[in-house]
Amino acid sequence: MAKILRRERLVPNVHLIEVEAPRVAKKCQPGQFVILMPDEYGERIPLTIADWDPEKGSVTSVILVVGTSTHKLSLLQEGEEVPVYVGPLGKPSEIKKFGTVLCVGGCFGIGAVYPVARALKEAGNKVISLMDVKANYLLYWEDKFREVSDEFYVSARDSYYNCKEFVPHTVKNLIKKRKIDRVFSIGCTYLIYTCAEATRSKGIKTMVSLNPIMVDGTGMCGACRVTVDGKTKFACVDGPDFDGHLVDWQELFSRRKFYFNDEIQSLNYWEKKEFS
Amino acid sequence: MSENKKELSPELKERLKAEYNQEWRQKLRTSLKAKERMKISRVQMPERDSEERNKDFEEVNLGLDEEMARREARRCLDCAKPQCVKGCPVGIDIPTFIKLIETGDFVKSVRKIKETNTLPAICGRVCPQEEQCEVVCNLNKATGSPIAIGYLERFVSDYEREKGEIFVPQTSPSTGFKVAVIGAGPAGLTVAGELVKKGHQVTVFEALHHEGGVLVYGIPEFRLPKKTLEAEVDYLRKLGVEFKNNFVVGMTATLDDFKKEGYDAFFVGSGAGLPRFMNIPGENLVGIYSANEYLTRVNLMRAYEFPKYDTPVILGQRVAVIGGGNVAMDSVRTAQRLGAEWAGIVYRRSRKEMPAREEEIHHAEEEGIEFHLLTNPLRYMKDENGQVKSMECIRMKLGEPDSSGRRRPVPIEGSEFTLKVDMVVVAIGQSPNPLIPSTTPELEVGKWGNIEVDWNTMAASMEGVYAGGDIIRGGATVILAMGDARTAASEIDKYLKTKKRKKT
Ligand SMILES: Cc1cc2nc3c(=O)[nH]c(=O)nc-3n(C[C@H](O)[C@H](O)[C@H](O)COP(=O)(O)OP(=O)(O)OC[C@H]3O[C@@H](n4cnc5c(N)ncnc54)[C@H](O)[C@@H]3O)c2cc1C
Ligand SMILES: Cc1cc2nc3c(=O)[nH]c(=O)nc-3n(C[C@H](O)[C@H](O)[C@H](O)COP(=O)(O)OP(=O)(O)OC[C@H]3O[C@@H](n4cnc5c(N)ncnc54)[C@H](O)[C@@H]3O)c2cc1C
Ligand code: SF4
Ligand code: FES
Repeated sequence: MAKILRRERLVPNVHLIEVEAPRVAKKCQPGQFVILMPDEYGERIPLTIADWDPEKGSVTSVILVVGTSTHKLSLLQEGEEVPVYVGPLGKPSEIKKFGTVLCVGGCFGIGAVYPVARALKEAGNKVISLMDVKANYLLYWEDKFREVSDEFYVSARDSYYNCKEFVPHTVKNLIKKRKIDRVFSIGCTYLIYTCAEATRSKGIKTMVSLNPIMVDGTGMCGACRVTVDGKTKFACVDGPDFDGHLVDWQELFSRRKFYFNDEIQSLNYWEKKEFS
Repeated sequence: MSENKKELSPELKERLKAEYNQEWRQKLRTSLKAKERMKISRVQMPERDSEERNKDFEEVNLGLDEEMARREARRCLDCAKPQCVKGCPVGIDIPTFIKLIETGDFVKSVRKIKETNTLPAICGRVCPQEEQCEVVCNLNKATGSPIAIGYLERFVSDYEREKGEIFVPQTSPSTGFKVAVIGAGPAGLTVAGELVKKGHQVTVFEALHHEGGVLVYGIPEFRLPKKTLEAEVDYLRKLGVEFKNNFVVGMTATLDDFKKEGYDAFFVGSGAGLPRFMNIPGENLVGIYSANEYLTRVNLMRAYEFPKYDTPVILGQRVAVIGGGNVAMDSVRTAQRLGAEWAGIVYRRSRKEMPAREEEIHHAEEEGIEFHLLTNPLRYMKDENGQVKSMECIRMKLGEPDSSGRRRPVPIEGSEFTLKVDMVVVAIGQSPNPLIPSTTPELEVGKWGNIEVDWNTMAASMEGVYAGGDIIRGGATVILAMGDARTAASEIDKYLKTKKRKKT
């Protein structure tokens, strides 16, 4: 059982949950994730750790509401408990002084990439942050990012922010103008895929945080298997960060939509039960 | 590997003899002639009709009733030299518990078993008795049909649970020592029970959200109802064992952290959780599961009750399960129950070499499972959605015996053929879970990733750390895990006594 200390809507459809988990808060590092179950009927779903406070003993994640589990999470109230909360899981992101690094985040990945950017800054890198949002009002944590970034860009489909093109264009422009030593990207599969494609021709190593479907998160089931450099890897223990230029993306896309019809059925069932 | 008889320890021999010479035993023994006893035929386990049971998850075996159990117990000759005890990896006093059934004292009988086996309701259901205690039973030699030791073991433990007469023994006064047990599978549960009775403070750390290990995520409800497991775990709680689920040792905390937190000894029972794949083309296609994933979705996450429970599972219509062990049988029978039109086993050797229990193979056959023996998959083909649609297989023949003593299967050239499938479960075995060894560099591991121990004491290469069960053996059995655990528990107790006693 883990207590919800805070749950708030950051922007439409994106929520933050802060959970009491002192052990996780003491151990976790950027790039790691937790697995939780929203209630006893729930699925075990992974969420990246977006922030933590070892003193308070709390761990924060940002969730994009897509299906049953994330809907359930978005309705949790302060003081309620989730029955399963386990972590930290996965290998931490590789953090060291690379020189100039580019951190790209989209939707939930804006929160998820934040601790990576922060740690890279602390390690002495020049940090460029690039956020992908559909519209300016979907951006959150701008202040937090500005604090840890030397440069901050937002790629939004409306004209409010500094660049309007899709992320891969911005990435291409950025790497054209200067030497970038390493790219980190977290967000939906399509975003991280296009980000890796944008840097491929220049051969800039691009670490992507993969999000295949998971069950246990401890290497026990193989649900999360991905092909990287021709070899099968378990994303939950060998990753989630992998070199985006070596990932078999087609396989990942098709494995992720495996349960599409079930997910819709599940959401319908739950909505009927919950709201009628 | 059928007869693995061990010599009994002198201490056990003594105990058996003392029981054997008790007055009530002698009377009972002479009350019916051996010849008469041998005339009684072996009890048949009542089971649900195969056509009815292959559609749901209720238990297949119904269990004996009192009358049947007592009649079966009468068959036992109460031998002066009981061979069955030698066949049992934990040395249960089998004759005494059977004779107590004959007298009708079922509660006393189960307590007798519990002196050496804390999980009889589970062992009575899943132990391979046919290659342990029953195969060496003297009656087997005399008549070809041994006492149904497993059925009787199950009967008395179910009786105790159903009558609510679970007996919670007095634990010794607190010693002030703290023991961390990693993994709540049969090995961890056994160690916890033994050590808490000796007065140590025991905490079990478990990665998943339920205790039981393979018993909860692997073995399906129709073979081992979850309520039997829950009763055993409740019993341990009553004894004072503390369970910390959702705790991945190595990640949430390491053994070193535990040491700093004041734990005095450790038992690692983290099992063989790493699924093996064949590394053939197409194995990562949509629709291809490891047995662990498939069974975990269905059992632990209750996908068979989707959408009441949120976790989905593919309802394959044509399902091939690769492998010939218990895990393969459980997977294929599960697929059948989830509505497959066709569910079959693909196994590279012949029926004789199948490692699954005879009872499971037999049940599977009865339920309409098809067996493609001497067959091996070569690759998987996909449809336009990326889901598996067929598999190419090759026929095999048996060649020379390999290191395991079984004849090695060799492909027959040109015998390739295609099977139409929309789901595949790969059940070719599990390796020891690497998480603990990889986060505890001081621990020595063998070439299969197993933690190395001294087999007499179960001590690992790090002081105060012991290990047992599948993490040291690779995929083995429940009773072997429990046997290791008992040895480890008594050694841990000795180790703690040599440590300076501290005050709580
Ligand atoms: C390592 C990792 C880190 C992640 N971090 C975050 C995060 O910080 N914030 C966030 O919002 N999302 C994150 N995700 C994705 C998140 O886990 C899924 O969005 C969530 O499981 C969807 O559940 P649902 O029931 O709401 O939706 P569903 O309707 O079940 O599914 C919607 C989509 O989510 C994916 N999905 C479904 N079940 C799972 C599962 N058990 N594991 C993984 N993906 C699944 C499916 O591919 C599907 O496309 C992460 C995924 C991984 C693997
Ligand atoms: C489908 C199936 C059917 C089987 N059928 C039979 C049968 O009929 N008869 C029989 O005798 N045997 C059978 N077996 C084998 C038997 O179940 C195992 O040999 C036995 O469970 C091993 O016990 P264990 O305690 O060593 O490990 P497990 O039962 O594997 O338990 C290990 C536990 O440790 C936990 N763990 C792992 N790593 C960590 C960590 N880092 N931190 C915290 N916890 C951790 C795991 O989550 C798990 O709960 C079967 C196995 C399977 C998979
Ligand atoms: S524990 Fe297993 S081997 Fe021992 S008596 Fe019971 S069934 Fe037989
Ligand atoms: S989620 Fe089960 S092995 Fe990765």
